[in-house]
Amino acid sequence: MEAVRDLELDLDSFEGPFDLLLTLVLKDEVGLGDVEVAGVVLTFMERLAERESPDLEACGEFLVLMAALLELKARGLFPDEDEFAFDDLDPEEAAGELAERLALYRRFKAAAGWLEERLEAESDRYFRLGPAPLAPIPERPLAPQEPAALATALRALAAEPPEPSLRHLELRFPPVSLFLDRFRAVLRRRRRFDFDTEVGSLSRIEQAVAFLALLELRKAGEIKLGQPAPFEPITVWSAAA
Amino acid sequence: MTGALRLVENPVDRLARTIEALLVIAPSPLTIEELAAASEDETERVETALGLLASRYREGRSGIVLEHVSGGYAFRAAREAADACSRLVERPVQRGLSQAALETLAVVAYLGPVSRPEIARIRGVAADSAVAGLVERGLIAEAGRESEGGAVRYRVTPLFERVFGLSSLSELPRLDDLAADGDDLRTRLEEVAGRRGA
Repeated sequence: MEAVRDLELDLDSFEGPFDLLLTLVLKDEVGLGDVEVAGVVLTFMERLAERESPDLEACGEFLVLMAALLELKARGLFPDEDEFAFDDLDPEEAAGELAERLALYRRFKAAAGWLEERLEAESDRYFRLGPAPLAPIPERPLAPQEPAALATALRALAAEPPEPSLRHLELRFPPVSLFLDRFRAVLRRRRRFDFDTEVGSLSRIEQAVAFLALLELRKAGEIKLGQPAPFEPITVWSAAA
Repeated sequence: MTGALRLVENPVDRLARTIEALLVIAPSPLTIEELAAASEDETERVETALGLLASRYREGRSGIVLEHVSGGYAFRAAREAADACSRLVERPVQRGLSQAALETLAVVAYLGPVSRPEIARIRGVAADSAVAGLVERGLIAEAGRESEGGAVRYRVTPLFERVFGLSSLSELPRLDDLAADGDDLRTRLEEVAGRRGA
């Protein structure tokens, strides 16, 4: 019979040679709690049954290894060794206690299995549970896109934007003389005019300059000004009239 | 004499409508006693009215089903509407319960009120994380402290019974009936040993 360590195992938690399983357990890469010892024993027994005569050496090695494995596993079942003084018990009592705990755990593991099956069977039961959170909105996949359209859009974004114009911020002061000439020409034609009407279509800067021109004409004595009240229309007469 | 025909209303019908309203607004299952107290009626008549409602609200006849769950009565969605329900709401309580959580839940369901050290003693590993997760899901809750040591004890909640569709914890199977696989294993070992001996 081949060495026990080469025994090929096919367990729920592990698949491979027994030797590798032991190595992984000792390195804590496989939880001993997950190792199904009965499965290991069964595999060995089946291998043994295939032989015509028993391999006592292999049996002995197997027993030693399994005893070590079971001791490790049993220790794992007593996380707080102070709570349960194993040493105070004689071997038979300890074995009995251990068997009892294993049997109890097996029952609760089976109960957990029953709960899992029940949960599955009841998976189509819905009931109100306070304010239920809304299910996430399913992701809507994007419609097929043309790469060329994406490139065009990116190209437009990458282009340098035009320089912003500041023309509207520029202040242009027309010469006062322009309005002096203009008002003199108007007074030659009409004798009097309404200042607000005359400059109504001009910009505020132009209106200010026009007003300066008006003051200049008044200062020179060329015109007379009249205003019934503050902020009322200003009337302009020729002083020669 | 007025002579006008008047339909005589069955008083149980009226009580059934009241119970229907109570069950609609209740956030958890209501017992017969709670229904009787709220509707100011007798428990026997409440039971009769519930029977009437159960025949009206049942699978295949209505989208709402009246069920006896967690020691009381509650409305739930009909199973045929489960797909539509799943698109509307999530089931955070039930989703992704790990093996450790299920084992812890089983211990609390059968032995509760039970403390974390007791759970750890049975399972062989610390139960802190599993207990915290189950408390967060609302499946177990604190139920006082141990007289010695003062460890917090836990019990399952009515939500547990509702999620698992149990009318009460007595519906849980007997623990002794569940661990039959041990005998199967023993039988298989004996079979192998028998082949070896033959």
